Amino acid sequence: MVARQDFPYLLEALIRRGCQLMGPTLRRGDLVYGPLHGVEDLPRGWRDWQAPGSFRLQPREDQALFGYGVGQHSWKSFLFPPRQLLWQARRTRGGFEFMPREEDHPRYAFIGVHPCDLTAIQVQDKVFLEGAYVDPTYGQRRLGAFIVAVNCGHACGTGFCASMGAGPRAAPGFDLALTEVVSPNGPHYFLVEAGTEEGGAVLGEIPHRPAAPEEWQAAEDRIKQAENQMGRFVQTRGLKELLYRNYEHPRWDDVASRCLTCGNCTWVCPTCFCHTMEDVTDLTGEIAQRWRRLDVCFSVNYSYLHGGSVRVSPRSRYRQWLTHKLATWVDQFGCFGCVGCGRCITWCPVGIDLTEEVRAIGESENP
Amino acid sequence: MKTGDRGPETGNMEMSLDALIHPAAAQPMAPRQFLVQNVRRETPDTFTLTLARPNPEEGLIFAPGQFNMLYAFGVGEAPISISGDPDRPHLLVHTIREVGNVTRALCHQKPGRAIGVRGPFGAFWPVAEAQGNDVLVVAGGLGLAPLRPAIYYLLSRRAAYGSVEIIYGARTPQDLLYRRELERWRGRFDLRVHVTVDAAPSDWKTNVGVVTALLPRARLDPFHTVAFLCGPGVMMRFTVRELLNLGLKEDRIFVSLERHMKCGLGMCGHCQLGPVFVCKDGPVFRYDRVKDWLDRREV
Repeated sequence: MVARQDFPYLLEALIRRGCQLMGPTLRRGDLVYGPLHGVEDLPRGWRDWQAPGSFRLQPREDQALFGYGVGQHSWKSFLFPPRQLLWQARRTRGGFEFMPREEDHPRYAFIGVHPCDLTAIQVQDKVFLEGAYVDPTYGQRRLGAFIVAVNCGHACGTGFCASMGAGPRAAPGFDLALTEVVSPNGPHYFLVEAGTEEGGAVLGEIPHRPAAPEEWQAAEDRIKQAENQMGRFVQTRGLKELLYRNYEHPRWDDVASRCLTCGNCTWVCPTCFCHTMEDVTDLTGEIAQRWRRLDVCFSVNYSYLHGGSVRVSPRSRYRQWLTHKLATWVDQFGCFGCVGCGRCITWCPVGIDLTEEVRAIGESENP
Repeated sequence: MKTGDRGPETGNMEMSLDALIHPAAAQPMAPRQFLVQNVRRETPDTFTLTLARPNPEEGLIFAPGQFNMLYAFGVGEAPISISGDPDRPHLLVHTIREVGNVTRALCHQKPGRAIGVRGPFGAFWPVAEAQGNDVLVVAGGLGLAPLRPAIYYLLSRRAAYGSVEIIYGARTPQDLLYRRELERWRGRFDLRVHVTVDAAPSDWKTNVGVVTALLPRARLDPFHTVAFLCGPGVMMRFTVRELLNLGLKEDRIFVSLERHMKCGLGMCGHCQLGPVFVCKDGPVFRYDRVKDWLDRREV
């Protein structure tokens, strides 16, 4: 147990270790992950309100430091930067030579990682670290990162992490996991669990004491409450087979009539990893660079092959995205590509809800 | 013959040669430079580039059916299958059709210039596992390019195989790749080569029509034949259908597929075909492993 007034010591301990703190902050009324300089940067006393196509921040009655769910940002922007220089080269008489570039691999400490986002990081690990090839940038940033997870005290309005097995309690993979217990006039403290040796060492550097049974229980109750509040659900049993059987389902036409193919769902998704390469030169044409940047399977260009694109209709592009998350990903990486964070529902401008789309397809088989 | 239980994706050969044929594993993002030795025009819009490593000691060991990402300085990168002889790894041969900015820049390189190479990538034709069997090669258009390394491999180990037949189709006689080589292969007694075109002028003496029309001419023992297919989607679909009619089992048919690719490493997502990444699980697939996805539209 760490008391609220001792919480700043945790951030100080991480700064002493050379970590660059990244965590939730308020910027222009929005919840974004960015540099943290101290506990005062955290959005104290705010909570999220989310619904399909809608996100608001509202004041809380208490002074919780982590009293909000997930916003539009996720940690992938630090581990897998949306735009990144892979190499640059100068033309020479015989060909070209690589030029040095500044490689910046900060040692991050992520403060306030929700359980769904922790699972999402592990899902991306399978893509960038566990295949035949390793992405060096992701690897360096990931292996150096210190993760302070936060168990959820309430369910996000669009979340369904419980049915994806990704929340509201953090699964192993964190260095430290916090459960914040707070009420308007009651005690304010954190139950802290160390998941790694380093997490234990950091905990050892800050004032703490063993939790009393009732403190433990209060924390458990809050996680339970989050689970009970969750309004959305995906039946994962047989889900891959269900979708594989229904590639020609009329529901794809229905959702295509609503989908703008804007790709917002992929930008906010914490597991979406698709990217493209941009080869550019300076004005003289003597220096060339290759940039990697996030790409979106909703664009027609995404599947372009000489002669035309493979997925032209919006129907096929939405179907690619949803079946990738919930079916083909399982065959590719052995897990779902969805952690139930609900961002794609909240940030969809027309409020398309993938849990509803899946349910509609499932119910058409078993009316 | 073990193609029944071990396809090219998981074959023994891949395991043992992994370090050799995936040298890109260490530096997957940065191209290595090769010098253009020779550019040869195959058809009005298709060119064969022969590349040599600046340091001749270092070759590029590859297996038949694999591809490289070729980079034209400042323009961009494109996935191109290797069409040279796997037993001569000091020369890297690619046949490229001009279809966009990158391929145009690659085709118009002058000898002595350097281009960037990442690779080799991907799964390959199961030429080693096919030993002791008859081999049928069916190619359409540019599809002969990724099959040529397999043909070289078979011919230099000819005694290890039963009969070998090549069926090759193109739109017109001008669209045929490697014409001199085809003539040479036709002259061999241990190889049967059938060439057909969709349309031909009156001086064309041989077949006119689609490749499937020539399949019955192949002397096939369906139980001891392995078929390698590469060509346009529609050609492969009909060829597979014919081969199945002739009694070939699905696990004896191999196809090479094409998709948009940006990384070659199974990370960029562009080459997905349902559950597979064409760049790392393919481009060569055992037919039964992808058949459910080949007939679906816009997947």
